[in-house]
Amino acid sequence: MSERIREKLQILADAAKYDVSCSSSGSNRKNKDKGLGNTGSGICHSYTEDGRCVSLLKILFSNVCIFDCSYCVSRRSNDVKRAAFTVQEVVDLTMNFYRRNYIEGLFLSSGIFKSADYTMERMLQVVKKLRLEENFNGYIHLKTIPGASQEIITEAGLYVDRMSINLEMPTEAGLQKFAPEKNHAEVQKDLAIVRDRLIQLKDERKLIRSVPKFVPAGQTTQMVVGAYSETDQDIILMADRHYKEFNLKRVYYSGYIPINEQEKSLPAIGSAPPLLRENRLYQSDWLMRFYGFDATELVDEKHPNLDLDVDPKLGWALRHPEQFPVDLNRADYRMILRVPGIGVRSAKKIVQARRFGQIHIDQLKRIGVAYNRAQHFIRCADTPKFIKDQLPSQIRHQILQSGQSKYTQQLSPQLGFGF
Amino acid sequence: MATYCFDGSIIGLLSCVFRAFQFKDFQVYVSSDAHAQNRLFDDFIQVASNDEQAQRVWQGLRQRTSSQSQRNFYYTFLSENQSAYQHLFNYCLYVFQHKYKVDENYGHPDVLALAQWTKQVGREKHRMEAFVRFKKCQDGLFLSLVRPDFNVLPLIERHFKARYQDQTWLIYDEKRKYGIYYDLQQVHQIEMNANQVDSKLATGFSQSFTVELDEQEWLYDQLWKDYFHSVNIQARQNMKLHIQYVPKRYWRYMNEKSI
Repeated sequence: MSERIREKLQILADAAKYDVSCSSSGSNRKNKDKGLGNTGSGICHSYTEDGRCVSLLKILFSNVCIFDCSYCVSRRSNDVKRAAFTVQEVVDLTMNFYRRNYIEGLFLSSGIFKSADYTMERMLQVVKKLRLEENFNGYIHLKTIPGASQEIITEAGLYVDRMSINLEMPTEAGLQKFAPEKNHAEVQKDLAIVRDRLIQLKDERKLIRSVPKFVPAGQTTQMVVGAYSETDQDIILMADRHYKEFNLKRVYYSGYIPINEQEKSLPAIGSAPPLLRENRLYQSDWLMRFYGFDATELVDEKHPNLDLDVDPKLGWALRHPEQFPVDLNRADYRMILRVPGIGVRSAKKIVQARRFGQIHIDQLKRIGVAYNRAQHFIRCADTPKFIKDQLPSQIRHQILQSGQSKYTQQLSPQLGFGF
Repeated sequence: MATYCFDGSIIGLLSCVFRAFQFKDFQVYVSSDAHAQNRLFDDFIQVASNDEQAQRVWQGLRQRTSSQSQRNFYYTFLSENQSAYQHLFNYCLYVFQHKYKVDENYGHPDVLALAQWTKQVGREKHRMEAFVRFKKCQDGLFLSLVRPDFNVLPLIERHFKARYQDQTWLIYDEKRKYGIYYDLQQVHQIEMNANQVDSKLATGFSQSFTVELDEQEWLYDQLWKDYFHSVNIQARQNMKLHIQYVPKRYWRYMNEKSI
């Protein structure tokens, strides 16, 4: 018995690991009636050896799938061991892991067996059993199965904290090529169901005091990067559109890890995943969400791909020398935030501290500003009066010379870079 | 210059502040270590903890600083670090010597130091909320032995109490020799001999409990290890980052890592 469950867990955890979403924050479910668990600002309970966090018990309900998407490890034509949990097994695993403080909650996804509704209905059984029978108040992230009916999605939303459905490929053309059974319209339809229900409940909350919790941590999606020849512009604009249209909490970018030998147009097995490109995409994502940058400022027709050598914020600053230098003792918060080397926390500290007196260089360093990088773009109380104006290319060269990127050894021929 | 020596409690530290203002003695070196080496020309003064004086100082701080700064003050105190004590002392002098609120002047070295210590202690608190691993004993008690860098048990108590309400649990700090125990009603502070629970405590290898464990404990322990290894993506291996996130000093009590 215990051998079989160990084998199942190994197979189904292995198949689920390519879903990168692992956040457990954003929800505010309280522990009720002396039950088990609550949710808060999110905790990473462990980190795997590839440096990714382990916050949720991330498993597939089953890796049997009727679809044949070439980038996916559970595709119909792939020769891998298949397994499926029973409802009780998933519930036991979740409860016992949670009690030992191993996890923040459950991330349940599944291959599609029989039909979308049938699969979704089984997953809903797990969630309802946890919430209603076991009084489990931890975090639950449920994957929506594309094509599931509206009723079942809205019912699931009442019990889970977050729902997500993957766009998979950033462009419709890519999806057509590698997953002809899927399309973006279907994904967007499911995202819209949850969005509309959230808006509806928000309106009702103005009239009725207690409306049910519905997907309190919102929706997310994920895109595979580097499997097809899409540019960073395609990806970022796609992400931006979904943030705006569907009010998503997060878009995840997952560098494609080669797992398919048959499909020759995918990167070959053994080639390294595009880690650096993924990193730059996440940096731009943060710039859009927390730093007030617009997608079109980061990439445009002239620069469809992000610069791999410098981060997108520095890249923007170098393309816009007319905006700098910024006087830290006068400029507004929005502009301080745009200086390379100054993050949200430092920017807030600077704005606080300058009410008490002029800001000096040594204070900046102690506050935590990356001064080596920021010095080219700022002026403060004791900046030398006469410094030579430098061209953006000179600044770029100086910054690159002074630092050592951890990615320099890892650069590899990646798809989508044109070499 | 004078050296004020207090007993290591927050009341003692606040009493030092009181004394400083009482005697207009502002060039002071504070220490909680009675055996600290005296500086040659310093007066060495043993400051007794006085509840009433400490209350007055604390009330003063409450009037002059935001609740965020008061929290920072407590967090910094829990670091149990001599230089942090000195910063706290200087911070109090700085706050009380100004008519207006200065607790957000991050340009001032002591205010900034408090923010930085708070960050460190807060990080340790968060790590403890994440890295505590319970083992289920035969009598249903969920037991965990830890060795945090700072004295964070008072900070994590609320989190664990809110989360695990239907099981008894015990988190024991083997370095500071006390633990917090939840008995389904409330949390108590207890003391015990950690050497009797963990036979590997003295050697520094992975924990091995000598108390009777639940019969399913082995299975879930194994399942968790299996899970931990299955979710790793070999193609993205990055041990440097892994160790940065999970420093080796915590590996002893995390069952998925073994040393």
